[in-house]
Amino acid sequence: MSPLNIKQGSSSHSAYDLRDPHAEVIESHTLAVIVDNEAGVLARVIGLFSGRGYNIDSLTVAEVDHTGHLSRITIVTRGTPQVIAQIKALLARMVPVHDVHDLTEEGPSVQRELALFKVAGKGEHRIEALRLAEIFRAHVVDSTLESFVFEMTGTPEKIDSFAELMRPLGLREIARTGVAALSRGV
Amino acid sequence: MTQSMTGARMVVQALKDQGVEVVFGYPGGAVLPIYDEIFQQNDIRHILVRHEQGAIHMAEGYARSTGKVGVALVTSGPGATNAVTGLVDALMDSIPIVVLTGQVPTFAIGTDAFQEADTVGITRPCTKMNWLVKDTAKLSETIHLAFHVARSGRPGPVLIDIPKDVQFADAHYVPREKIKPSHYQPKVKGDIEQITRLVEMIETAERPVFYTGGGVINSGPAASQLLRELAEATGFPVTSTLMGLGAYPASGKNWLGMLGMHGLYEANLAMHGCDLMINIGARFDDRITGRIKDFSPNSRKAHIDIDASSINKVVHVDVPILGDVGHVLEDLLRIWKSRGRKVNKAGLATWWKQINEWRAVKCLTYKPSSTIIKPQYALERLEALTKGMDRYITTEVGQHQMWAAQFLGFEGPNRWMTSGGLGTMGYGLPASIGVQIAHPEALVINVAGEASWLMNMQEMGTAMQFRAPVKQFILNNERLGMVRQWQELLHGERYSQSWSESLPDFVKLAEAFGCKGIKVSDPKDLDDAIMEMIRYDGPVIFDCMVEKHENCFPMIPSGKPHNEMLLGDDDTQGVINAKGAVLV
Repeated sequence: MSPLNIKQGSSSHSAYDLRDPHAEVIESHTLAVIVDNEAGVLARVIGLFSGRGYNIDSLTVAEVDHTGHLSRITIVTRGTPQVIAQIKALLARMVPVHDVHDLTEEGPSVQRELALFKVAGKGEHRIEALRLAEIFRAHVVDSTLESFVFEMTGTPEKIDSFAELMRPLGLREIARTGVAALSRGV
Repeated sequence: MTQSMTGARMVVQALKDQGVEVVFGYPGGAVLPIYDEIFQQNDIRHILVRHEQGAIHMAEGYARSTGKVGVALVTSGPGATNAVTGLVDALMDSIPIVVLTGQVPTFAIGTDAFQEADTVGITRPCTKMNWLVKDTAKLSETIHLAFHVARSGRPGPVLIDIPKDVQFADAHYVPREKIKPSHYQPKVKGDIEQITRLVEMIETAERPVFYTGGGVINSGPAASQLLRELAEATGFPVTSTLMGLGAYPASGKNWLGMLGMHGLYEANLAMHGCDLMINIGARFDDRITGRIKDFSPNSRKAHIDIDASSINKVVHVDVPILGDVGHVLEDLLRIWKSRGRKVNKAGLATWWKQINEWRAVKCLTYKPSSTIIKPQYALERLEALTKGMDRYITTEVGQHQMWAAQFLGFEGPNRWMTSGGLGTMGYGLPASIGVQIAHPEALVINVAGEASWLMNMQEMGTAMQFRAPVKQFILNNERLGMVRQWQELLHGERYSQSWSESLPDFVKLAEAFGCKGIKVSDPKDLDDAIMEMIRYDGPVIFDCMVEKHENCFPMIPSGKPHNEMLLGDDDTQGVINAKGAVLV
């Protein structure tokens, strides 16, 4: 048997091999999780992500079936295919979880997010902001002489690009709901 | 017609309905109504522990040795927080237990009341599922659901937090058979197509190996029986994780011994060199795989597991089979037989020839001594003198645990209770009491190290009170042996805090508890001392003074593949000299 031939400085003094053996391409997936609407269920789902070091890019939750006492959690997450598969398996084995749908994998889906933008400015900037809002089909939901609040729904990408355009025109604040998503067709 | 009763009575009634015979617990303010009900009945026996952690480990020992669900009852706040280590231990090792905790009254929750802790918050990641019951009307249903969840699918610990006012309030009791079925029904039957693919691989494999784990034991005695039948019929070698020992008998001709970091040479090399690995209820733990990149590089791999999240978690497998081990093995055997019971005989013969060469290395050889008791020798003698007895073994965590796994043979499932996943020092003593309560006539031995044993030694009081004649077989090297070993091999022999200073006199300690103490330090006296321990009708603290600097081999250092195993001290040269930078 060979002795340990260890190069100097090759690793830290850890009991575990800390390198990621599966470093692969990172994918973004949208998961719809149907859960019992009970106390602590959201903490349980979030705890899974924080406890195991997974990402949450966006999360929405609300009751969708009052009589059945069911909520729908929509999570946008990122990871290697193996991590995504793990996340789904770990969610599916939770007792209050009824169903896990990977909308990214199960075919085309519609994804929408609602966002509010506060844009402050005068003169040309103000006119330009209003013109762009029209192009993006954003509605004015509040207005003062020096500011607008726009409301817009769309894909996260659309909201991102609108935000980019508003930035030089006096964007002050954004509020986003996170993604709600459904698969297309029946 | 359902009955109206208080929440506290409901708890006791639900436990009876679930067939519970024993509860391990400790009273306190927030569970007094339940204790009052326990006082007024005789069906359920209550074992009063000395510390709540002990209650959980006892429930675990009870569960592992019987296959039933273990039950513990503790109070709010510190009662619940003391239970946390045991909960995680049971979660990591998939042990079905139900833990009931008291909670401050619902109106006081969130006010930082006396002995209030956010028990469901604290234990959410420590349990398979937990509930805070705020309404007495939901209590009986929740308890029945808790038992269902604990024992279904991959078993695990569950916790029910019951506020004191919920225990006092009245509601209708819902009996076990009246509750509406839970949507939580894990799949037990494996996919026949995948099973058939595995059968095809079994028919042609040249160098197959069964890699079995705790899932075989959790699946029940029938699963162990099917594994034996499959191994005998195919002639394939069998190795097991720490958790799976006993599923296949140590005396079986196909037995390779335990695999992993301190596993046997032949087992690890068979894993490394196989062309078909059949994982049955194990989870590719890091103590098993070593360096993932070089783990069994030339094999196709099948994995039978009831937990989908265990499949493809760390090792990608070619044939994933989601299902209960017993059900899958039954289908597997049936299909393999119906196709003519084929195996690759020529390939297998060559494979066994190779395995026997590895066996001839005799990797468990150690340097014997006539003056000092070697820990391996102590276990060899314990094995020889207790062989064939109705014996259960528990362990603490460390070198002694690995030696016990290497040197003791297990012929059946549920005979070996050890903290595998979490590695909880202090597990063995309370676990041995839990086992003994379940099997009053059996010989229950806790193989311990002196440092681990001290962590929950107060439970000797429990053993005395409930006449549990547990034998505490302490391999006393006055060191934290495993820590010391790593410091020797990996930290330049700087033994930081790894010796046991100011140890108690274990014989006097035994006397103080009112049980028997035996101390032995001469190898010549060992056999007589062990016989004295076995024959004594009561708990024994057996202080076996052993070699202080013995290292546990074989050893695969962390981050190394299976074929880079250290077999003895001679192999470690160069490790000690490697200054500073050491890969683990």
